[in-house]
Amino acid sequence: MLPELGHFALILALLLAALQAFFGIGGAMLGRERWIAAVTPAVAGQFVMIATAVGCLVASFVGNDFSVLYVAENSNSALPLFYRVTALWGAHEGSLLLWILLLAAWTVAVSIGAARLPPRFAARVLGVLGVISLGFLLFTLATSNPFHRLDPAAPDGRDLNPILQDPALAVHPPILYTGYVGFAVAFAFACAAMLEGRLDQTWARWTRPWTTAAWGFLTCGIALGSFWAYYELGWGGFWFWDPVENASFMPWLVGTALIHSLAVTDKRGLFKSWTLLLAILAFSMSMLGTFLVRSGVLVSVHSFAADPARGIFILAFLVVMIGGALSLYTWRAPLLKSTAGFELGARESFLLFNNVLLVIAAATVFAGTLAPLISDALKLGTVSVGPPYFNPVFMLSMLPLLTLLSVGIHSNWKRGRLKDKQRTLLYTLVAAAVLACGVVFGIYSHGRMLTPVGATLALWIVLASLVDPIDRWRRGLSLSRAVVGMTVAHLGLALAALALTTVQSFTIEKDVALAPGASTSAGGYEFRFDGVRPLEGPNYDAVGATISVTRNGAPVTVLKPEKRHYWVQGNDKTVTNIEMHRGANILVALGDDLGAGRWSVRIQIRPLVSFIWLAALVMAIGGALAASDRRYRTARAPEAVSAGVATGDATP
Amino acid sequence: MNRFALPIALFALLVVVLAIGIKHSPDKGVIASPLIDKPAPQFSLPSLADATRTVSTTTLRGRWYLLNVWGSWCGTCREEHRMLLEVRRSGLVPLVGLDWKDDDAQARSWLAQLGDPYEVVAVDHDGRTAIDWGVYAAPESFLVNPQGIVVYKCMGELTPEVWEKEILPRLQKRQAATS
Repeated sequence: MLPELGHFALILALLLAALQAFFGIGGAMLGRERWIAAVTPAVAGQFVMIATAVGCLVASFVGNDFSVLYVAENSNSALPLFYRVTALWGAHEGSLLLWILLLAAWTVAVSIGAARLPPRFAARVLGVLGVISLGFLLFTLATSNPFHRLDPAAPDGRDLNPILQDPALAVHPPILYTGYVGFAVAFAFACAAMLEGRLDQTWARWTRPWTTAAWGFLTCGIALGSFWAYYELGWGGFWFWDPVENASFMPWLVGTALIHSLAVTDKRGLFKSWTLLLAILAFSMSMLGTFLVRSGVLVSVHSFAADPARGIFILAFLVVMIGGALSLYTWRAPLLKSTAGFELGARESFLLFNNVLLVIAAATVFAGTLAPLISDALKLGTVSVGPPYFNPVFMLSMLPLLTLLSVGIHSNWKRGRLKDKQRTLLYTLVAAAVLACGVVFGIYSHGRMLTPVGATLALWIVLASLVDPIDRWRRGLSLSRAVVGMTVAHLGLALAALALTTVQSFTIEKDVALAPGASTSAGGYEFRFDGVRPLEGPNYDAVGATISVTRNGAPVTVLKPEKRHYWVQGNDKTVTNIEMHRGANILVALGDDLGAGRWSVRIQIRPLVSFIWLAALVMAIGGALAASDRRYRTARAPEAVSAGVATGDATP
Repeated sequence: MNRFALPIALFALLVVVLAIGIKHSPDKGVIASPLIDKPAPQFSLPSLADATRTVSTTTLRGRWYLLNVWGSWCGTCREEHRMLLEVRRSGLVPLVGLDWKDDDAQARSWLAQLGDPYEVVAVDHDGRTAIDWGVYAAPESFLVNPQGIVVYKCMGELTPEVWEKEILPRLQKRQAATS
């Protein structure tokens, strides 16, 4: 009964999405106030219906209803309750349902926030979001219905894929999708602005907090995914440039560019058409990511649901949404004229560089991700593109970006008066270089050519970012949340750059075969293998090893990596054990049983690797601070009134 | 043509590439199996019809067979079943079932209800044999030659197209070789 109820609720949600789209866009176009008034109830109703559908599926999972195909394929009666709930997004159908739920949640949030916007504009924004929701609901119901019944019911389920039975991965998809889907809001604002012809900077002001919030979620989501890959896949890498990782990273890069470009459009009325394009691109990248993951065109470790029919549907949807938005852009963007100029060395020019570099970075990732596909389409044979391409190419755009950041934050709007700041910049650069070389050669006493460069740039950002806020604080001046948020996010970036430089330069890896009682040394640590013992979990059995780690004879820690065998799926899973010591991660993974008590063991020592994920968290906190700045809440009301009067072109 | 039309032009190009990508994607699963042209993994399992008898790769040696991995819990297997009955009727290649992680009683009633296309069905309760064969999801089918070499693997449903385009030509080659 529940699955049918859920299915029915989903169909109702589809109808409500259609109403939302029709009344929103149509009502605003024809000026029908009663149509516009119907949009918000449709939004609320749609959310309730989708939440009901999700609730029904969760109930089927929790109640072990193996007459539902999706439950039978992704759960098992021995699976712990927590994972029976998170198994909801363990495969394709449920992931889509989650996507739709989050879109509905964002739409409800926008409809609440939109009370301050001109009603017609708000109706258009909600209408565009309705179109997106309509497309995804149609996709789910037509090709990926999670409520399919199984007759006769399965005696038990096939269990959730063991590598997904992990706390970090259980919460990773909701957070990542919240970010992905959040860019739909910026997309909807841009489309609404183009539909209405309201191409002044007001739409940029309204969009900013939404975009920053979505970006913060995406940052956290990517970091969680990377963290999971690091300890769960068992081989200690934190980024593989896998198509699915790239699919989340491209919207992040474009979204970062968008945040900066929105600032210019909001404050100075410049880059208007470029900002529109970025808003379209950021969400297009999110949808393209969905396409790449769900259609099976790219073979990836993540593509657990490859189906050409789904691919064709998503492609058609992409054509409608992205093609539609870009057509609007082709039509409207020529009407835009910049109303002010700026000097080289002004903040605008630095933000322009920022945008160009970020978009280049996204384009290189894009090219590398799609290269296998293009070469296949042109019958050039199978190519695979990996870290040897991505790492150097990505660095080529990131190093200038980091360099320009330190200078750019000291520049002024409009005028290129950097001379006043020359001293500050020089002092901070020298201090950063001294500190960086001290750390690199003092502590690690070796390194590659780029090691001191990366460390210097990162530390320069830290020092340069802090000069102004500290100065203002000492003079007793107030700091807006926007400025604090920006500074925090930049510090997060610097931390990430520093951690990445260190990890790439000083990681120690060692694969050894050890008999019980034997030991090996790596990076100044001594590892003694004390043998293995059998273990049993709720839905698996395992062998656990004990490895004692000492440094100069003093005990550091005892590591207990496991190798699990899951009964139902029959898969093996390596469970690493990681210990932090002096800022470095000591990771031990158990490999294969080599017979006679000997096991292969992988040892890794990665300095500062945890700081990569910490950095992402710092960036997201910066985003949260910036998005909650007062000006977005209080400045909006009077502005909305004046913008409502002065339609069309508004110059500052 | 203005410069603002450039994004949509690039997007159109991308759509073409993606469309070609979708067209090609079904082939990818075929290349994915490392078992192709390798000896089929050995197994010796109880028969579904009579648990005292065993089905093993050694007794299957010396002739062509199509190993079909299925389970009564598997929805796609139900859709595939009619095609399997066709294959049986054609008499071109014997079907060997591998009943994967299934309940014996349910599997038997499934065959009684829908018809039994298999010459023999091996029961793989714990799924170990399926792991050896690199089974990813049911249904999957493997074409094995008399030397015990896997010549073709079909991931997912065995459709009439797969049968005509992939399996029949390989079987016809065999006849050409023996005649």
